Amino acid sequence: MATGVFSSTRAKISERTLRTDKWWLQPLITFSVLVAFIIYATLRAFENGNYFAEPLISPFYSPCLSAACVQGASLLGQPFGIVKLLGMTISPALFILIFPLGFRMTCYYYRKAYYRSFWMSPPACAVAEPHSKYTGETRAPLILQNAHRYFFYIGLIFNVLLTVDAVLAFRNPEKQWGHMSVGTLVLLANATFLWLYSASCHTCRHTIGGRLRNFSKHPLRYKAWTVVSVLNHKHQNFAWVSLLGVAFADFYVRQVASGSFTNFYFF
Amino acid sequence: MARKLNLRIWRGNRETGALQNVTVEANEGEVVLDVIHRVQAEQLNDLAVRWNCKAGKCGSCSMEINGKPRLACMTQVASFPEDEEITITPLRAFPVIKDLVTDVSFNYKKAMEIPAFEPPVGMKPGEPRMAQMDVERSQEFRKCIECFLCQDTCHVIRDHEENKESFAGPRFFIRIAELDMHPLDILRNRKKKAQEEHGLGMCNITKCCTEVCPEHIRITDNAIIPMKERVVDEKYDPIRWLGSKIRKREGIL
Repeated sequence: MATGVFSSTRAKISERTLRTDKWWLQPLITFSVLVAFIIYATLRAFENGNYFAEPLISPFYSPCLSAACVQGASLLGQPFGIVKLLGMTISPALFILIFPLGFRMTCYYYRKAYYRSFWMSPPACAVAEPHSKYTGETRAPLILQNAHRYFFYIGLIFNVLLTVDAVLAFRNPEKQWGHMSVGTLVLLANATFLWLYSASCHTCRHTIGGRLRNFSKHPLRYKAWTVVSVLNHKHQNFAWVSLLGVAFADFYVRQVASGSFTNFYFF
Repeated sequence: MARKLNLRIWRGNRETGALQNVTVEANEGEVVLDVIHRVQAEQLNDLAVRWNCKAGKCGSCSMEINGKPRLACMTQVASFPEDEEITITPLRAFPVIKDLVTDVSFNYKKAMEIPAFEPPVGMKPGEPRMAQMDVERSQEFRKCIECFLCQDTCHVIRDHEENKESFAGPRFFIRIAELDMHPLDILRNRKKKAQEEHGLGMCNITKCCTEVCPEHIRITDNAIIPMKERVVDEKYDPIRWLGSKIRKREGIL
């Protein structure tokens, strides 16, 4: 039976949409960039190499918690030992990537992005979606989107660790402090983008003050909420910049670790 | 400077209908509603169109212009290229009555299902005093002109007629948010009702409601997502749930 815009009571129009603009362009770009990132991140996560070049560590491999980590890369020790599957060593990246992945998968902005571009639900506003049934986020697995705040809290721990990595990059390969290289800037930029992404998050906005009813009884939280609200306006931008930033930081460290780039030191 | 405008206007009723080509003159500064009125006056005298204020404040002239839900009185003719044909149809999420007029009574039914503001017991009219910082969130939602463009574009009901029973839609989520954020509202089960009776969980936050709002209310960011987070506080966050049980109160007041 026809449903949606083709329901029997609605205006008899045969087209799924009458939009004349390039409504398909935005979801196409989103799809392409996200697929490119997923492919790159997957390859890098399974590569299990070229992620550490003193003092730089790739954000995909930090914290490096497995005994398979190269020497000097494990800031928090190696609690996992060497784990093998079908005779192959599990990459240290696979122990940790679920957390930033979960944070982005449940992010309110990325939900919009992938619901539109991957699931076409809907592909664009006022463009009929191809699905005959729709239950939204009321059932498994999508009801798990409500776990976003837990990924947010864990994401903050990652932000701290990646900030520490950036601070440690103010050393030279001999571990002496007081030096700065291009890699330092790359890791600093990465940490900054990640903090902006987290600070602008809707869950952050809610936690810091959005859940209050009486702002006037909590002036400091109200002030914090207004600041986070300003950042929240730009959450989409921070989501993209931080995603590309983390990929670029990994790429840079990979090139340095593999010897393709020389990490230029300013001082 | 007058220009010739090629329109395709949907004409029909619930049984049948089609797009009809019309050429009409448009003057500088005119909006789409002006040219519809000219068509009505000069060519299609029985063309049905709902309108009222012609100032973007009554929400009556909602329709779809080149496939986008818009107010005809706020859509400048000059915003379309000279040679572009403009297609005008009724809202496609609601039952059509005639030509550009739809039956939006679904929205009035949903409005009645939302419990009204409930002040503290014994509070007399004129007694409440509220700080600006406490009311400003709600004030954004009070800008709503009930044009129902957000309801029209929301794919939950636009693309799934069967969801109308269980889904209130973005216009009413801002109403629920407005009341839930109100410092003096004492009704404590709005979050639960939003999720279980008004279908908040159906929304997948694709933000089309925000994109089409003529009052630029940030429906998704400022109402729906905060309400989803408040629902998580109550229903899906075991730590907060435990905290609220220990402190014997719902959230922080």
